[in-house]
Amino acid sequence: MFTRRSLLKTGAALAATSLVRPAFAAGTKIKIGYVSPQSGPLSAFSAADDYMVAKFLASAKSIGLDAEVIVKDSQSNPNRAAEVAKELISRDGVNLMLVASTPETTNPVCSVAEQEQIPVISSVAPWQPWFIGQQGNPGDPSSWQAFDYVYHFFWGLEDNVAVFMNMWNGVETNKSVGGLWPNDGDGNAWASNAGMPPALSKAGYKLTDPGRYQDLTDDFSAQINAFKQADCQIMTGIPIPPDFTTFWTQAQQQGYKPKLATVAKALLFPETVAALGPLGHNLACEVWWSPNHPFKSSLTGQSAAELAAEFEKAAGRQWTMPAGFVHALFEVAVDAIKRTKDPTDGDALAAAIGATNLNTVVGKIQWGQDNVPAFARKNVAKTPLVGGQWRRKADGSFDLVIVENGLAPEIPLGGKLEALS
Amino acid sequence: MTLLDTLVQGVLLGGLYALFAAGLSLVFGIMRLVNLAHGDLIVMAAYLILGVTSALGLNPFAAVLIAAPVMFAAGWLLQTYVLNRVLGEDILPPLLVTFGLSVVIQNGLLQGFSADSRKLAAGAIEAQSLALGPISVGVMPLLTLISAVVVIFALNRLFYRTALGRAFRATSDDAVTAQLMGIRPQSVFAIATGIAMVVATIAALYLGVRSNFDPSIGPARLLYAFEAVIIGGLGSLWGTLAGGIVIGVAQALGAVVNPEWQILSGHVAFVAVLLLRPRGLFPRAND
Repeated sequence: MFTRRSLLKTGAALAATSLVRPAFAAGTKIKIGYVSPQSGPLSAFSAADDYMVAKFLASAKSIGLDAEVIVKDSQSNPNRAAEVAKELISRDGVNLMLVASTPETTNPVCSVAEQEQIPVISSVAPWQPWFIGQQGNPGDPSSWQAFDYVYHFFWGLEDNVAVFMNMWNGVETNKSVGGLWPNDGDGNAWASNAGMPPALSKAGYKLTDPGRYQDLTDDFSAQINAFKQADCQIMTGIPIPPDFTTFWTQAQQQGYKPKLATVAKALLFPETVAALGPLGHNLACEVWWSPNHPFKSSLTGQSAAELAAEFEKAAGRQWTMPAGFVHALFEVAVDAIKRTKDPTDGDALAAAIGATNLNTVVGKIQWGQDNVPAFARKNVAKTPLVGGQWRRKADGSFDLVIVENGLAPEIPLGGKLEALS
Repeated sequence: MTLLDTLVQGVLLGGLYALFAAGLSLVFGIMRLVNLAHGDLIVMAAYLILGVTSALGLNPFAAVLIAAPVMFAAGWLLQTYVLNRVLGEDILPPLLVTFGLSVVIQNGLLQGFSADSRKLAAGAIEAQSLALGPISVGVMPLLTLISAVVVIFALNRLFYRTALGRAFRATSDDAVTAQLMGIRPQSVFAIATGIAMVVATIAALYLGVRSNFDPSIGPARLLYAFEAVIIGGLGSLWGTLAGGIVIGVAQALGAVVNPEWQILSGHVAFVAVLLLRPRGLFPRAND
């Protein structure tokens, strides 16, 4: 029955609930824009997006944060990424931008937001292509400038190189290394003087680098011959997944069998490794996040393992590394909003992000640390990187086992490094 | 010895390119239709084979036997209900339609199968090789080349030894006169596209076993297929095989000098052939 009394009662109850809300900037609604490559060749990075956004919205509600997330797809295209960033700022009027996965998406979004003075939290791109790639003159370090509104957390090339070299030290080899580096942003960075060659010669490794090849090459006989001639017992590189498959099957056919293959980028996703079948066993890659990382979400209190298990159940697929980082983006966002009096004030929010000191599900995030070179310190925070090997199980699926933790001893090893042959 | 090895690997690679190109060559030879969606149709066929292998637990080679008739039907329907409507004097509408088709197929596959890269698992044969003297030749690349030769041989027999082939050639030479002789170009075209799709399915098998594929990978291979067709001479099927091998060998040789030149040398060979023999290596006499 709808009576005057019941109406008054519900009215009073409503008023009461709105009164007990904690002081999250007195009822102002926070608009968060989220950009990631949800379609196109890079979309494997975004498999966990929907789930993590829904999870954030649920937990935001429970802590009384009135937030709206506007999700935009960069379509794996830098021009499109810049366009949606402009749209989010001018049409949707977002107060904060989150952006994830590969420089193709993070860089255009950060550049637009920096110009428009909107704070950004960015992740899932090694910091060098992120920071240096956004500079007016990437070739001249003296011209590099720090940013005022954009903040990035991830690891860097130097970490990846160190992880791989630590793994090589775990196996008895002739110290001859074959490099498979393509002619793209990543390949050129790895093959440059800022990448692997100087570190190799310093540590006494002999490098065979046949040269930059184009992505989506169908034949790697030239590289395989060069590696065979130099007896490269270690193989490393940063190919895209289809190229690595072509290379690796051809290498088996033509009798090139290194003792260790440490491959960045191509082996991030379990599906890619599973596609290799038995040939994928014991291939090694860099690991930025796994269910075995001993970290907890500051948002939900879940451990990495719990978060991964919940994602696997909801999405019906194996966990992926970006899942943890997408969650961490929202963790940093909530933490910064909490510490800002008026989160709609871009300058105040940017300052709060810069002052972050938070233990997230991907590790501790704090900007301004001395593990990053001084020029990038303000905008870049590093998260730990370890090395893993894919182990094939009896049913044909693969587990990523952490076998190297020299840079981050707090992350437990899951097994011992095994040579391929 | 390295040089010999390079040549052999290049020829084997050429077999793959010839398979990509054979369907394209067939369709272009008969109806002057440049199918910009050919690469995407190959990827679609690869997903079809993948679907059959995972649903029925078959080996990809056996799955092709199921996928090929399905692709034939798809090609027949595509030609009958879409492409036949736009074929005419103007070459632009079919070009635009196939371009649109390419976008539709890519996004449809992305929607249906996500962007995860997939691969067809053929088992132990993938890593096996034969030792031919000092050179070790992969079993799969060798099978690819043999299949390309068999496919082209079969298509040639079909063209020059059967009534259907006569109808193909007649329609290709003069569609109006062929019509007077009781041939319906529209249904001839539909069968031709169906056959091209069967060839695309075979190409998809070898593409999918050799490397990963994802919905966006089609157009990258289309370019080599075009070049193979043009190097070989329009309308010549054996020429298409030769064109594929020219590109494969040029790429392999370029890669030995420097991997940066691998793809470029394929294109340079294409330009060189165009300069020296503008109509390709084996052009059909009356085009």
